Amino acid sequence: MASEIMTLNMGPQHPSTHGVLRLVVELDGEVIQKITPHIGYLHRGIEKLSEHRTYHQALPLTDRMDYLAPMHNNLGYVLAVEKLLGIEVPERAETIRVIMAELTRLKSHLVWIACHALDIGAMTVFIYAFREREKIMELYEMVSGARMTSNYFRVGGLSRDLPAGFESAVQEIVDTFPGHFDTYEGLLTKNTIWLQRTIGNGVISAEDAIDFGISGPALRGSGVDFDLRRDLPYSGYEKYDFKVPVGENCDTFDRYKVRLVEMREAVKIIDQAMKRLKPGPVLADAPQVCYPPKESVYNSIEGLIHHFKIASEGFPVPEGEVYQGVENPKGELGYYMVSDGGSKPYRMRVRPPSFVNLGAIEKMAKGSMIADLVAVIGTLDIVLGEIDR
Amino acid sequence: MDTLILGLPVAYYIAMVAKVLVAFVFVLLTVAYATYAERKIIGHMQVRLGPMRTGWHGLLQPIADGVKLFFKEEIVPTQASKFAFLIAPLVALIPAFISFAVIPFGAPVTIAGYTVPLQIAAFYDQAGQQVFDINVGVLYILAMASLGVYGVVLAGWASNSKYSLLGGLRSAAQMISYELAAGLAIIAVFMLSESLSLHKIVADQANGAWYVFKQPLAFVIFFICSLAEINRTPFDLPEAETELVSGFITEYSSMKYAMFFMAEYANMITVCAVTTTLFLGGWHGPAFLPGWFWFVAKVYFLIFCCMWIRATYPRYRYDQLMRLGWKVFLPLTLLNVVATGVWVMVFNK
Repeated sequence: MASEIMTLNMGPQHPSTHGVLRLVVELDGEVIQKITPHIGYLHRGIEKLSEHRTYHQALPLTDRMDYLAPMHNNLGYVLAVEKLLGIEVPERAETIRVIMAELTRLKSHLVWIACHALDIGAMTVFIYAFREREKIMELYEMVSGARMTSNYFRVGGLSRDLPAGFESAVQEIVDTFPGHFDTYEGLLTKNTIWLQRTIGNGVISAEDAIDFGISGPALRGSGVDFDLRRDLPYSGYEKYDFKVPVGENCDTFDRYKVRLVEMREAVKIIDQAMKRLKPGPVLADAPQVCYPPKESVYNSIEGLIHHFKIASEGFPVPEGEVYQGVENPKGELGYYMVSDGGSKPYRMRVRPPSFVNLGAIEKMAKGSMIADLVAVIGTLDIVLGEIDR
Repeated sequence: MDTLILGLPVAYYIAMVAKVLVAFVFVLLTVAYATYAERKIIGHMQVRLGPMRTGWHGLLQPIADGVKLFFKEEIVPTQASKFAFLIAPLVALIPAFISFAVIPFGAPVTIAGYTVPLQIAAFYDQAGQQVFDINVGVLYILAMASLGVYGVVLAGWASNSKYSLLGGLRSAAQMISYELAAGLAIIAVFMLSESLSLHKIVADQANGAWYVFKQPLAFVIFFICSLAEINRTPFDLPEAETELVSGFITEYSSMKYAMFFMAEYANMITVCAVTTTLFLGGWHGPAFLPGWFWFVAKVYFLIFCCMWIRATYPRYRYDQLMRLGWKVFLPLTLLNVVATGVWVMVFNK
């Protein structure tokens, strides 16, 4: 009997490509022979746009990249600009940044477990995880007024201090979330079908993972013990005590385990950070960069002019170039910033973890079946907003 | 009453039509409200409410859905094979309904001196005080269940869409391999009842223990295989939404889509009714409530289990599903048949 390769177009409208990813898959029966990802459907030119905005104005663009982890994008950006400027951030601001970053990690991982489970057919986990995510969204709204595009961090600190009631809300998360994780594990880790679907799926060896430049949980799932928070600490991560989980079998199940442990560790980091939180300023003492306090803007002409100057012209940044990587929930999110001494970035290049991780999709899914491809997309945890930018 | 048509009294025909209507309306209503129940039950399992807006607690939702689907535009893809595309929903739907013809759903009732067995394809011998039903009832059900596959395969083939094709192929492979294990699981029941007549099987269980206690393995395997045959989670591969974007029904719209939907639920009811009849003592239960009540209660309980499973389990992968069918269930059922044979030989003779 003659057989023929079937070309299947998955996406850009497809429920499991996590956005507008398009995969042209060549199939022999149901077995995948070749995968060609086509990206760019969500390209908004964020890197280019930021070249025409002041450093403060470019900040809200960043949280539109990985919209599941907006504060991490903000964090990488402000850290890079602060590095260029050489300013120090007050300790309280740094601690709050860590709290928000870890809440963001939880938020992103909750979406990951929800979608990953739904892709493999377990509906209930999806709803449960989104219920928990809602709690974090509420915290986002509390601190920044927005649920997704937070724009809470500022170059030099934070836009405002934590509102009243934040601490008790975080305490509730710290107390209840480990129990919720147990629920997910009860539904998935102990489920034979889940194990059969994930163990041995999407295997990528440590060498291959490094060659492809994979980072984040996907890299750690392959047994490479590397976490920027621990190995190249930023924002005071060296002060926290947390484990970096590492997988052994390089498969989807190990990546799943790694992320679950990461979620539990994130809760621990939040708990430690809340205990470290001491009253103090949340914005650096750098008047040329930071907005003046609102009382002074509203009540004194000097304050008003100060605010106007920064809002209209921005602030000059010394000539130079920096690279700042942060451990985004998806992997290493890097900002390469070049300044020509003006008030706008000369070049902002983003190293998006999802984009680099997506490169390995063919390596991971070739020779397996369509259902495995869906699981691999889920385990890579990609966000198209970040891939296309 | 004494007039005979083809050797049978007029009352027989009247009772027959009445039974058909009752069974049909029952299945149809259950199909409509099974969709509602599924959404409600899974909703509550997933800490949400399910439909709430149409009527009190969304009770009119199935009607709203029906009306909506009825008024939707009929779309036939230009590249589709039109005849097969149109006939496929019917081929899927009809066998789902007619399987119900042989299932006894209650104790015989006497109306105006004429006793009617509550089983469509059955006849009550008024003189001999005995029920005669189709003596190959189970085979008939298996045959009808296999016919339903054609609807799915045709739909997948005729849509001329790659996703549909993959769905149709998966479905064909899946249904055929699970039918075998399901059939072998039932053989163990035949060996105990020594009959293929469903009436006889039910009567046998009323006298002794339910077959679920005598044949627990066969019960479990039959129920799982049935889930696979009717494409329910965790075996809903042919319409795997996250992989194949609804598989064989991707290209269907309007009432044709609704027919596949109805077929799925009608199949679920039939399968639960067959399981009830074969393993859970059919319509028999404590005598303070009528037989049909127990039958409906047991069927609804099994339907609830189907929905519960859907809320809990992820989906199997195609090859894992085949492996489970051929390498696990088939040998197990064969073993069960042998074990039952030995047991019958040793203890009954």
